Amino acid sequence: MDAVIENLPTYWRGFSMTLLLLGVSGLSALVIGTIIAAMRISPVASLRGFATVYTELVRNTPLTLVLLFCAIILPYLGSRLEYQVAAMIGLSVYTSPFVAEALRSGINGVPVGQAEAARSVGLGFGQTVGMIVLPQAFRMTIPPLINVFIALTKNTSVAGGFFVFELFAAGRELANARGDAVIAILLGVATLYLLITVPLGVIAGQLERKWVVQR
Amino acid sequence: MSGPSVLFDVPGPKARRSSLISSIVAGLLILAGLGWIALTLAAPRQSGGITLPGFFDPTRWNIFADPEVWSFIIFQGVVGTLSAALTASVFALILGVILSLLRSAETAWIRVPVAVVLEFVRGMPVLLMMLFILLVLNTGAFWAVVAALSLYNGALIGEALRAGLAALPRGQREAGLSLGMRPLQSKMLVEFPQAFRQMLPIIVAQLVVLLKDTSLGFIVGYTELLRVDMNNLGSFYGNRYLFSLFVITLVLYLAMNLSLSWFARWLSKRTASKSSGKRLDPTDPGQAMLVAQASAASKQTPQF
Repeated sequence: MDAVIENLPTYWRGFSMTLLLLGVSGLSALVIGTIIAAMRISPVASLRGFATVYTELVRNTPLTLVLLFCAIILPYLGSRLEYQVAAMIGLSVYTSPFVAEALRSGINGVPVGQAEAARSVGLGFGQTVGMIVLPQAFRMTIPPLINVFIALTKNTSVAGGFFVFELFAAGRELANARGDAVIAILLGVATLYLLITVPLGVIAGQLERKWVVQR
Repeated sequence: MSGPSVLFDVPGPKARRSSLISSIVAGLLILAGLGWIALTLAAPRQSGGITLPGFFDPTRWNIFADPEVWSFIIFQGVVGTLSAALTASVFALILGVILSLLRSAETAWIRVPVAVVLEFVRGMPVLLMMLFILLVLNTGAFWAVVAALSLYNGALIGEALRAGLAALPRGQREAGLSLGMRPLQSKMLVEFPQAFRQMLPIIVAQLVVLLKDTSLGFIVGYTELLRVDMNNLGSFYGNRYLFSLFVITLVLYLAMNLSLSWFARWLSKRTASKSSGKRLDPTDPGQAMLVAQASAASKQTPQF
């Protein structure tokens, strides 16, 4: 236990980097994912095709490979990004198809009849989308989106393997330094991860129950 | 896209023509972007006063003419990845069955602690579990990778099976009991086979995740595809081949994962046409699980 307490500053350094990775790549994954989802449901066939191929390829590439590309291949190709920025890019790209799929399933989950009813009472395209379809899609999308962010939180640990000093890297370094207290140190790291993931899971579960659309 | 969209009417001739035009324009833009990337990669580059050949130059790819390199990639890399994935899948399936039984046990003394442990396992990064097993239990890299992957995916498969059990009509269990089976017998002989079949696409999709996650072995020092290609071959042949080795690794991973994904999709289509028509999208285990749980909940509350 004392090994954990005397190393609190190191823990904090790792934890804040994990939070930073989560925040930045979460937001940018949301942006990229929304664009991909919009392309995926657009009437333009080539955009749909591109979005489908992108989703399939990125989703079937291991995260380790994506981050390795950002940390090792990108500098080799001549980029001068810092490792943390590269890791943020990698995490955003890797998470974006999951965001897109969550959004798309929300929009596709709205029955066609809703939009038809809206049009039949004379609402225009903007009104149909803004007042009828999106509010329902939004309610269905938030819980799965939170699940995507929970997965992202856990995935930030992989960045620790590629020169970014976040929670996992902090835990590994401390465990190497204090071989006698490995269990306590790693349980400390696990607790900090759970501090992010468990509350998010609880929120997702509650919204799920509260916002489920009765049909 | 299959079926009519929620947002658009069925397009008329004018809308079809404008959609075709924008399709072509957007397609050309995407192709131009990809072409630009390819040309940038192909161009020779300056580095410290020396001109290096472009990335599609034969001198960056000539090691792949050597069968020795391929046998190394296949027999060390692919076999390392697949053996870890296969071993972990078997253990994850066994663990999933056991966990779903414990999690739906009658006594709260078993059910509640198992639920807490499962929450703990699901909220933690797999990589951290690998490190824990590696350092605390001192098992060596292979078993660290296999144990962490089995535990994590076993927890998720257990949850899927539990949702599948709950989604079965109640009559199945009652029929088993009325034939004189004990509750456990009815569970193993009547309910589990059906739940397993129902959840098979989700389970296969979870195995895709497992296969992808074996690459975490790269970080904890297990010799699998990524490590063989990028570390061993990469340092043996030097930086010049880093990019081509990466491309080959990516293609091999995509080949393995995409074929498993397609298998999952094919399975779900096959099972969907025979069962009640409820289709689960296997490519997203989390999403599919929600659907299953929702259908389970709707079956438990009587509907009028």
